Amino acid sequence: SSGSSVNIHASYLLMSVLHRNEDLREMLESTKESLKLEAMKRIVGLIARGKNASELFPAVVKNVASKNIELKKLVYVYLVRYAEEQQDLALLSISTFQRALKDPNQLIRASALRVLSSIRVPIIVPIMMLAIKEAATDLSPYVRKTAAHAIQKLYSLDADQKEQLIEVIEKLLKDKSTLVAGSVVMAFEEVCPDRIDLIHKNYRKLCNLLVDVEEWGQVVIISMLTRYARTQFISPWKEDGIFDENSEQAFYESDEEKLGTPQSKPYIMDPDHRLLLRNTKPLLQSRNTAVVMSVAQLYWHLAPKQEVGVITKSLVRLLRSHREVQYIVLQNIATMSIQQKGIFEPFMKSFYVRSTDPTHIKTLKLEILTNLANEANISTILREFQTYVKSQDKAFAAATIQAIGRCATNITDVTDTCLNGLVLLLSNRDETVVAESVVVIKKLLQTQPTQHSEIIKHMAKLFDNITVPMARASILWLIGEYCERVPKIAPDVLRKMAKTFTVEEDIVKLQTVNLAAKLYLTNSKQTKLLTQYILNLGKYDQSYDIRDRTRFIRQLIVPNEKSGALSKYARRILLASKPAPMLESTFKDRDRFQLGTLSHTINSKATGYLELSDWPTAAPDSSVRNVEVMEPVKKEISWTFGAASECHVKEWVPSMGKTKPLKSDDKFYSDSGEEEGAGEEGTGSSSEDSSSSSSSSSSNEESDSESEDKNSKHSEETDSSQSDKSSGHSDKKKADKKKRLQLKKKAKKAAPKERYQMHRPPTHHPLTQELWNLRTFTPKMVSSPVFVPMSSHELLHRMTGKGLAAQYHFPRQPCIYGNKMVSVQLTLTNSSDHTLEDISIGEKTSSGQNIHRFSSIERLEPGASVTVSMGIDFNDSTQAANFQLCTKEDQFSVSIQPVVGELFLPVTMTEQDFRKEQGKLQGMNETSATITMAPENTSNQALSKKMVSVANMGVVPTGEDSLYRFAAKSVSSGDLVLVSVDLTDSSSGRLTINTEKTVIGSMLLRDLKTALAQP
Amino acid sequence: MIHSLFLINSSSDIFLEKHWKSVISRSVCDYFFEVQEKAGEAENVPPVIHAGHHYLINIYREKIFFVSVIQSEVPPLFVIEFLHHVAETFQDYFGECSESAIKDNVVIVYELLEEMLDNGFPLATESNILKELIKPPNILRSVVNSITGSCNVGETLPTGQLSTIPWRRAGVKYTNNEAYFDVVEEIDAILDKTGSVVFAEIQGVIDACVNLTGMPDLTLSFMNPRLLDDVSFHPCVRFKRWESERVLSFIPPDGNFRLLSYHVSAQNLVAIPIYVKQNISFFETGSSGRLDITVGPKQTMGKTVEAVFVTINMPKVVLSANLTATQGNYTYNPVTKTLVWDIGKLSQQKLPNLKGSLTLQCGAPKPEESPSLNIDLKIQQLAISGLKVNRLDMYGEKYKPFKGVKYVSKAGKFQGKGLLEVCSVHFHGQVIANTSAQISHCHHGAFH
Repeated sequence: SSGSSVNIHASYLLMSVLHRNEDLREMLESTKESLKLEAMKRIVGLIARGKNASELFPAVVKNVASKNIELKKLVYVYLVRYAEEQQDLALLSISTFQRALKDPNQLIRASALRVLSSIRVPIIVPIMMLAIKEAATDLSPYVRKTAAHAIQKLYSLDADQKEQLIEVIEKLLKDKSTLVAGSVVMAFEEVCPDRIDLIHKNYRKLCNLLVDVEEWGQVVIISMLTRYARTQFISPWKEDGIFDENSEQAFYESDEEKLGTPQSKPYIMDPDHRLLLRNTKPLLQSRNTAVVMSVAQLYWHLAPKQEVGVITKSLVRLLRSHREVQYIVLQNIATMSIQQKGIFEPFMKSFYVRSTDPTHIKTLKLEILTNLANEANISTILREFQTYVKSQDKAFAAATIQAIGRCATNITDVTDTCLNGLVLLLSNRDETVVAESVVVIKKLLQTQPTQHSEIIKHMAKLFDNITVPMARASILWLIGEYCERVPKIAPDVLRKMAKTFTVEEDIVKLQTVNLAAKLYLTNSKQTKLLTQYILNLGKYDQSYDIRDRTRFIRQLIVPNEKSGALSKYARRILLASKPAPMLESTFKDRDRFQLGTLSHTINSKATGYLELSDWPTAAPDSSVRNVEVMEPVKKEISWTFGAASECHVKEWVPSMGKTKPLKSDDKFYSDSGEEEGAGEEGTGSSSEDSSSSSSSSSSNEESDSESEDKNSKHSEETDSSQSDKSSGHSDKKKADKKKRLQLKKKAKKAAPKERYQMHRPPTHHPLTQELWNLRTFTPKMVSSPVFVPMSSHELLHRMTGKGLAAQYHFPRQPCIYGNKMVSVQLTLTNSSDHTLEDISIGEKTSSGQNIHRFSSIERLEPGASVTVSMGIDFNDSTQAANFQLCTKEDQFSVSIQPVVGELFLPVTMTEQDFRKEQGKLQGMNETSATITMAPENTSNQALSKKMVSVANMGVVPTGEDSLYRFAAKSVSSGDLVLVSVDLTDSSSGRLTINTEKTVIGSMLLRDLKTALAQP
Repeated sequence: MIHSLFLINSSSDIFLEKHWKSVISRSVCDYFFEVQEKAGEAENVPPVIHAGHHYLINIYREKIFFVSVIQSEVPPLFVIEFLHHVAETFQDYFGECSESAIKDNVVIVYELLEEMLDNGFPLATESNILKELIKPPNILRSVVNSITGSCNVGETLPTGQLSTIPWRRAGVKYTNNEAYFDVVEEIDAILDKTGSVVFAEIQGVIDACVNLTGMPDLTLSFMNPRLLDDVSFHPCVRFKRWESERVLSFIPPDGNFRLLSYHVSAQNLVAIPIYVKQNISFFETGSSGRLDITVGPKQTMGKTVEAVFVTINMPKVVLSANLTATQGNYTYNPVTKTLVWDIGKLSQQKLPNLKGSLTLQCGAPKPEESPSLNIDLKIQQLAISGLKVNRLDMYGEKYKPFKGVKYVSKAGKFQGKGLLEVCSVHFHGQVIANTSAQISHCHHGAFH
């Protein structure tokens, strides 16, 4: 009966659980937002408490597209928590995120990517990959930051994506936003920390951005740069090295002084090495303890020894912070203080133990004080230690005694003092203190055994009162080792031990056997019987160790026919003079780990720990960090300006090893991107002027930094839209010679750059290159449009346009202004009674698309009309491009909304290629539907005509009768869109679309389906 | 980086869990409980624990363990600093960081944790950004929300997130534009038996409350900036200006924030505001002891030392105390063995004295160590380091703000500890300087 009651109880519980969740389910399915929200809040409460709420998945996932943003966010929380368990259901939500990825609101795009990439369902890996690639080129740095995070998520879900992800990382590393920097470096560290080559070109940028990056990013970047620097620069720690003139000290030195001391220069620090040290130094003043620690470890591992001192004050400051922070910082100081005690010695008092410190903090402080001890301060430290010995915290008192022992061995001046002090402690009331003292005294006596028979006698007297096994064992060992110095006492101790042997701890028994053996060899007359008695006891002991040891000792010391040659050497073996033990810091070998790491803290290699390499013996090529793409441009320009500017040429070329770059410590943060350049020059020059020493070299540096700034701006422009911009500009026929010159250069530069972007094969990966070629070139031959619909759409009615009417039309030609743009033709008509002047497109576009404007129309006579062409990058979405059409007097807001079919360019390919490509675009990339066709459309020609009128596609020749194939690529991303129609009978068939652009795919499907159904 | 977070109360209940990557079973906390048991006191739990395939990095705050689960190499301070930041954010949102506050606001807590980390890496941690994303709880709003169904979650990306000054929101507006700065100082000192200073230093902070419209650019300068030995800044402070001119130039965050922490080292001769003469002795025979403590003011620059407390942790064998205080009251707690003497104000004329006998446990050996003293105190109207704000200038905005500086110097861990074998005097002093004269000086004299 009890069993059944348990059952009833259990089922009651189950019911109540079910019942409660039933409740929530009903709330979720209600039409009231507030009820749904309430339900979700309760569900999140369940998740937070670790309760299972997975059975509500279907009810929750329905709300994923809710308009209420809080509700939606809570659904996201739920989804990320349970998607892994409910993979099939989770897929239902994917399309919502794909849609949200195109949302004009950057926060929505970013959170969609965050959730999509957090759903750990392997089947959506291709979708994630696509989303990451797109987000990595998003205009919003916040979305790009999210993309960097998503890289790590995808990598942990599917490590096979590594190569593709590295490409994205490479792209994001070039990003100039401080928001992205930390996150992409984090991704780099997780995915491809060995690809140091990706850092070269971004090294200087990262150094210069560092102060403006958020705190968490700073930590990650600094630690990565530490590793980088150890592979790229030569060691600044040369013996007797005279350090380069760029060191802070030299900076303030006057010229005379420098000239006065002619120095040989065996070592010159790489300016990039100096740049890193210089730009991280201000961060020692950060409020974030992790940042301070990371700069400290950077200096420790990279700075010349005499510069490391700058970190101590900041580290000591961190000791004012939370207990946990103290713990980590003290550990690192403990390691550092072994190698360089000098830098911490002035702060010795900061390491004094407070009675309120937790034990682990006390022990660390003790460790550091011991490391810092030297002849000068030892008396102060020992006095401090004396108070610690009296601490109520006995573990700490014991540690102090160990520390006193270490001081005594390290500093011979005080060995006797310490020893006497320790002997006094032997009469301490506390057993742990006494025991620890015995152990330490034993070690100390080994260093100078000759003088200390008194102490040994004293300890032998104490022996009866000491119960701690380790201490007893130590005394026994001492007496055995120096038994010839205490000939009377030793046999007596052995006698006592024979009585208590059976009740002792193993460690004491072993030492008793040891003592017996040694006495047998030195004083066999008195101890022979005792020894045999003890050996007999040991022979039948319960412990293997004791039995083994006994057997061994017996063979060794008691000569018999079996023992052979060894017993002759028994005396030499047992009574050999033994080296004194080294009393060493427990932090002695911690320096094998990079400071500040988890591995250093736990003193073992943590998963994912990245070794800090040794300095290279020969300096690797430092020019790899030059951002060289732009430099020739500058040079050429200056040359064309003639001889007068030849001096400039020099400035543009970075004189490696001489100048110290660059800027950025001029300010702690930049207020905005624009101000950066200007503010820079001002503060830079004023501060540099004050240092009389290196005025010539400093002006060099400045121009260096300037040029870099400019370079970066240029490259930004060229990145975004290259050829269109330059050609567009040249249309305008600028009179200004200089500008044209510059533009020409830009165009020149732009051309190879564009090509580079198209192929993008990392040169050292021939395999990927091949793959790329396969993917890109064979199928994507853009052909001329099969059909150009003549219909045009109204952009601006003459009534609203005050006489200006505009119509647009898609000519379906590849856009000449940019390869990602869709060409649009505008026909502007003046239906007013006066001349319209200066018709152009306004500067502002509200929807964020990249638009190539037509050049301004100066006059449009009444009744006249003109056709102009423009380019719009719709970014493969049907989102309307909103812009303003301006005349001299008015501005009219207009918008162009493309139908999906206009976002393509036709592609010619063979049937074979088509099949191959289609094979690659299966699964999530395939959408299909059954279609019903109007009878008019069933003929071969009519169908093709219908299809190409809806979308700008190319016809793929086919050998089969009832199968039609069309191919296109999306204009903006260049992704293939493959359409096939398989007619099953005269009026119905199956329409299949394969494309990575699943959103476009589904829209196209809908449009085609409708079109084919209509006559 | 940070894989999961568990919040654990003092009775070892896991009352909240959050995972940023795949779910890690809460059984991983068993490693933590094991270590916790071994450590005894909560403070003794080591911050980093190796737990099988994971590492647990934890902090202990407000009686809550924040235990984070780490799977691979990460700078431990990164995690510790972040966890403290989480605790501070809770404090900021709910007024306290307690178990009940977290449980009552579990949805907001979850929303916050979701925003603060993405895949275990910090995403939005600046308070002003978080507050735009997730509004702090507020009774009125929650009532309104429950009726209208509107929500606590922002729909657009906070402007701070994209700017190079993420600590400040755009479009801040106030009708009263005010900027207040509190200079707060704490003294740390260790005195020996004779009352002489073994070690002393001042730790100071400048906390600001800035409610200013728009994008003000402030410059704060000191009369004697060289006093400051070591400083750490809020990220808003331009380091270069400080390096070259010793002025604080910054675009302030909106609301309350810590502008600066500084350190005045012993080399600058920290003035200890009081002295203590004490004699505590235990007799070899007769199970009793004697206690005699006198406290007097010293170097107070004419200001009154207030709220003086002397706390002594007696050895375990002290059963009771029979004392007479010439000023204030004393209490002895025989369970915790703490003697607290609440003196109140110190006056120059009459020096407070506490004197009498101690009763020890019969037969117990005499304590070998004299107990240490902790001293708490406050001084009104005195900035102990002598630091003074010179002026505050505002650029970038046209209105005239109301500006004020308050000097509050507290004494922090005023630790006295005897050297050699005798007493330890622990000072916990608090020196508060809040001069109306100084404030008016700031309003009218220095600030304009």
